[in-house]
Amino acid sequence: MSVLIYTDTSNGAFTKNAFEAANYGSLVAKNEGTSATAIVIGEAKDISILGTYGITKVLHFNEALLTNFDPQKVAQIIIEAAKKISATTIILAHDYSGKAVAPILAAKLDVGLVTGAVALPEGNTVKKTVFSGKAFATIEIKTPTKIITVLPNAVEKQTFSETLSTEAFSCEIPSTRLTVKEVKKASNELSLTEADIVVSAGRGLKGPENWGMIEELAKELGAATACSRPVADIGWRPHHEHVGQTGLAIRPNLYIAIGISGAIQHLAGVNGSKVIVVINTDAEAPFFKAADYGIVGDAFEVVPKLIQAVKKLKA
Amino acid sequence: MKIVVCISKAPDTTSKIAFKENNTQFDEAGIQFIINPYDEWYALVRALELKEANGGNVTVLNVGGAENDPIIRKALAIGADDAARIDAPTNDALFIAKQIAAYLKSNPADLVFFGKETIDYNGSQVGGMVSALLDLPYVSLASKLELNGTTAMLEREIEGGIELIETSLPFVLSAAKGMAEARIPNMRGIMAARTKPLNIVPAFEASNATEIKSFTLPPAKTGCKYVDADNVDELVNLLRNEAKAI
Repeated sequence: MSVLIYTDTSNGAFTKNAFEAANYGSLVAKNEGTSATAIVIGEAKDISILGTYGITKVLHFNEALLTNFDPQKVAQIIIEAAKKISATTIILAHDYSGKAVAPILAAKLDVGLVTGAVALPEGNTVKKTVFSGKAFATIEIKTPTKIITVLPNAVEKQTFSETLSTEAFSCEIPSTRLTVKEVKKASNELSLTEADIVVSAGRGLKGPENWGMIEELAKELGAATACSRPVADIGWRPHHEHVGQTGLAIRPNLYIAIGISGAIQHLAGVNGSKVIVVINTDAEAPFFKAADYGIVGDAFEVVPKLIQAVKKLKA
Repeated sequence: MKIVVCISKAPDTTSKIAFKENNTQFDEAGIQFIINPYDEWYALVRALELKEANGGNVTVLNVGGAENDPIIRKALAIGADDAARIDAPTNDALFIAKQIAAYLKSNPADLVFFGKETIDYNGSQVGGMVSALLDLPYVSLASKLELNGTTAMLEREIEGGIELIETSLPFVLSAAKGMAEARIPNMRGIMAARTKPLNIVPAFEASNATEIKSFTLPPAKTGCKYVDADNVDELVNLLRNEAKAI
């Protein structure tokens, strides 16, 4: 019995979601009285940092035959690593990689999978979000081995100081028909799904030319920018900024919504946020019901003042 | 070219979510059911575009009871050629994936499309599971697909960017925003849908790997703390010292 965690990397560095998965997996291992092992695939800088997330052992698959991300291959490596350490729980982040790999693992191992966990398992049950954040379900995994993918902010970060042992790991991987030709990343932009703070705006901004102050506020806060669906649909903002039921679902520490009324579909994508601030001219906007803090006022007056106030705080 | 589009039934996006039977079942009273948006807007419409460009056949595949027939007919009205419904319960993703894989083993397809997730259980599981059960390549969260003979070029969403992927037929994908634009069925489509074949397929023997024990609603917010528009400093103060969010 042990816990295996897939810690994904991007350009040779662990992703924020990988740390969340490591932290969650270590807490599962602690509760089960067992140890937490991470599987690392490809180049990875500073592997020892995983010790501060509670990992005691790393299996490092670092071979040239896996030059790019192919979920079929990654799944096979995780399966072999799980066999090696007799893992009974496998943890992945509920991110772009985890969503690709976890279902393949579950089908190949013929075991139960719960995706999008928001709390530690209790026995064989795991709590996850359903109905796009409008509710939670507690799901029992009926197989002896369980696979769980974890949402950001599912559990509080614990501080561990484990000493890691790293072991080179190798196994046969299947030849597949999939090749990654190119990876395009917006280099200096903060990833919306990984950002701790998100500043979002909607139709209340009246036009794309008014987003300067939103970007400035985001810059001052070290935040990512997002938008509501209508704004993406009319082309004021790029589609990848659209958060909501049919866009991205995000779970930042702080979500600031400016000029967004808060339709149920928008709330579904953001109500996992820890703290919600709403700024809207309409005191009746439904978003205020889901907010922790609210300002009824004109964004064109409030946002510049907010930028100044944040600058003052940071100074 | 044969394309199978797997569609799921989902509550309309504006639905108010409630539970019954001591919070163990979703309360369907007053709920309007639709084709899961990702399955319809992106997977189905892209399949129809590819068929229009390259010829072939688009089958919609659903798992569930007869109560799903209206959404299957809608998919036929949008333009699918025929449909199959596997008459099985839908309580567990792996069970559903095994149903679909069994169907595809006896009815092989060049392309198998799913939406990226359903808007009710948000699993994002069945597509990947089917690919594994059939040993086919899997492209998750695909936002673009172009075909050149049996070679496919895809874009897939990743953290903070996109990946350009090449693979060959057959493969499985889950479709995300960007793949296509939603289509509204026209009167001719609606009339034609009535007579298009909808085959009922018996369930494949399998067991459930998971079971939903209960549902809960998120705790209601304790109430919004209002700050005066002329006192923005106070908001920053609360966010720093009370919420500890900045």
